[in-house]
Amino acid sequence: MSILIDKNTRVLCQGITGKVGQFHTKGCLDYGTQMVGGVTPGKGGETVLGLPVFDTVLEAVEKTGADATMIFVPPAFTADAILEAVDAEIKTVIAITEGVPVIDMVRVYEIVRRSKSVLVGPNCPGVITPDECKIGIMPGYIHKKGPVGVMSRSGTLTYEAVWQLSNLGLGQSTCVGLGGDPIVGTSFVDLFRMYQADPATEAILMMGEIGGTAEEEAAAFVHRHVTKPVAAFIAGRAAPPGKRMGHAGAIISGGKGTAAEKVAALEAAGIEVAAGPADMGTAMQRAIDRKRR
Amino acid sequence: MKIHEFQAKEILRKAGVPVPRGLVARTADEAAAAFKELGGRLSVVKAQIHAGGRGKGTVKSNPAQHGVELVKSAADAAKVAGNLLGQALVTIQTGPAGQTVRQVLVEEGCDIARELYLGIVVDRAAAAPVLMVSAQGGMNIEEVAAHTPELIFRERFHPDTGLLSYQVRKLAAKLGLKGASVASAEKFMKALCRVFVQQDCSLAEINPLVVTGPSGVTGSSGVTGPIGVTGAGDLLALDAKMTFDDNALFRHKDLAELRDLAEEEPMELRAGEAGLSFVKLEGSIGCLVNGAGLAMSTMDLILLHGGSPANFLDVGGGANVQQVTEAFRILLSDKNVKAVLVNIFGGIMRCTTIASAIMEAYQQVGFNVPLVVRLEGTEVEEGRKILAGGNLDIISATGLTDAARKVVEAATVA
Repeated sequence: MSILIDKNTRVLCQGITGKVGQFHTKGCLDYGTQMVGGVTPGKGGETVLGLPVFDTVLEAVEKTGADATMIFVPPAFTADAILEAVDAEIKTVIAITEGVPVIDMVRVYEIVRRSKSVLVGPNCPGVITPDECKIGIMPGYIHKKGPVGVMSRSGTLTYEAVWQLSNLGLGQSTCVGLGGDPIVGTSFVDLFRMYQADPATEAILMMGEIGGTAEEEAAAFVHRHVTKPVAAFIAGRAAPPGKRMGHAGAIISGGKGTAAEKVAALEAAGIEVAAGPADMGTAMQRAIDRKRR
Repeated sequence: MKIHEFQAKEILRKAGVPVPRGLVARTADEAAAAFKELGGRLSVVKAQIHAGGRGKGTVKSNPAQHGVELVKSAADAAKVAGNLLGQALVTIQTGPAGQTVRQVLVEEGCDIARELYLGIVVDRAAAAPVLMVSAQGGMNIEEVAAHTPELIFRERFHPDTGLLSYQVRKLAAKLGLKGASVASAEKFMKALCRVFVQQDCSLAEINPLVVTGPSGVTGSSGVTGPIGVTGAGDLLALDAKMTFDDNALFRHKDLAELRDLAEEEPMELRAGEAGLSFVKLEGSIGCLVNGAGLAMSTMDLILLHGGSPANFLDVGGGANVQQVTEAFRILLSDKNVKAVLVNIFGGIMRCTTIASAIMEAYQQVGFNVPLVVRLEGTEVEEGRKILAGGNLDIISATGLTDAARKVVEAATVA
């Protein structure tokens, strides 16, 4: 099993005719993802990488039976693309684009949460269920199939963690990149709920960072509802307040969102917190061993 | 993106939010002229820098001069402006070096009956903009939030419907506003919420928001803007801080023009122009990493091993020769840097590509401090061979811990 996507998922690429969209569609195809088509308004009828291109998501869904989409549309149009996918009742919407205005996401978030669709991102590397389906920009080969559910606000830091896990023989059920923006479609809490309910996931690793309160909310949820072993790493202990550290959401403002507060909340919930980025895989191992005893 | 108080007030004025009349002055003479033009008995001279705490802040070379001062004559206005212009003003937000004042705002005075706080941010947990008000105006709102959070009242609103009338009435009741002040509050708050959404703000903060006094001494001088003349009990934005969502600037060309490059850290500015994400810190180990989360983690890693990071730098998914070269140049322009750590996890980006870029950049830039490189990911073995084969003094690391130890050691012996 897994969460969100698997070998049966049928995937569209919105923005497929763009350079980046096309490049990563190929990457997903090479991994074995069932890419079934693409959408670029005005380019319906064309073919990219052997896949049909449609003018609208609605038509694409009707013709291909797609139930997921990977969005590579520029930031000015990303909110519109997400809403179009939701309107066409696509179950899993994964928005890779970085640079979406926050107010756009305020409007999108409300609509998505009331719908039957799940939105991951924006500003995220995507989702991968090893050996079955990759929707995003991550390097597939570092992943191994296994029992650890991974969730992270970062991209390359996730690859670092996955690399450590795979080298320890701890494969992954699914890896989800939440995205680096202040408002994203799926939270840590949402994913803990999914991983807790997933039979194939036996342990959960979370990578958070400064800014906001998502990790604190997750800690509270884990404390009450998660029985599987959990480990976490929080990036940004060295970050100064008031400065945006790359990700739009990685900023300590009004004294809130510090790494120290997050670590404290996680530890209070009984979560094994990695001492540093080299300790992420080993922290997961410790959490697993602790639960066994 | 940050802007000055005087720019924020102009935006608010145009949006129908009451602000005092004011004029910008860049010389002492201009300040005197501004005082005369405002025509009142009393004006305030306010240093304009992209940092708060100006009222309590002091001029570094002349601590008797604060960043904000009341003046009663054109001559005084000129004197205070002269004390501020061209000087470093040190506040709790600027750091000990302070920031140079290049302009002042000369503003008409007003009678203040009460000082309130009003701020709008996008609340992540609520995924909505939230208006916060407090009767504790003019104070450090973070302290209020920390010690007496029950004194801050919040109302979330939808970007398109805006703040609703019943919400204004709720807040007015909590603030003890009565009579004409409530109508004034309605116009003020709704207009501010509207401009927050229209201009894609990250923050709009009015501290203090004043309720003008009953004597109405300055009432006749009025406020500009369609809201009307200030009488007793009207709301007025005595200070205004607005920051904008960088992601939205593409749709606000007029706002982008307000950017004051002189207020930005030069290295950060230079990095931004090269498409690099960069934050300057105070330490001795320069970092170059791909990915914000990994870059933050690299800083943490250095700290963990007893070193101090000189910067945050995310070279992104690109990392071609030009970017790496420019990144190296920026890192090395920091005199505090005693060693550099490159930490790259090559996913789609191949380690061979990165290694070649590093080699070329290293030679172009000319390193005079040790360089430690840790590569991982696609084609890592080939990448490491490229680094080793160049006959250059690049120190190769095989893991995060190895990289941290090596660079901290290199920075210590340097």
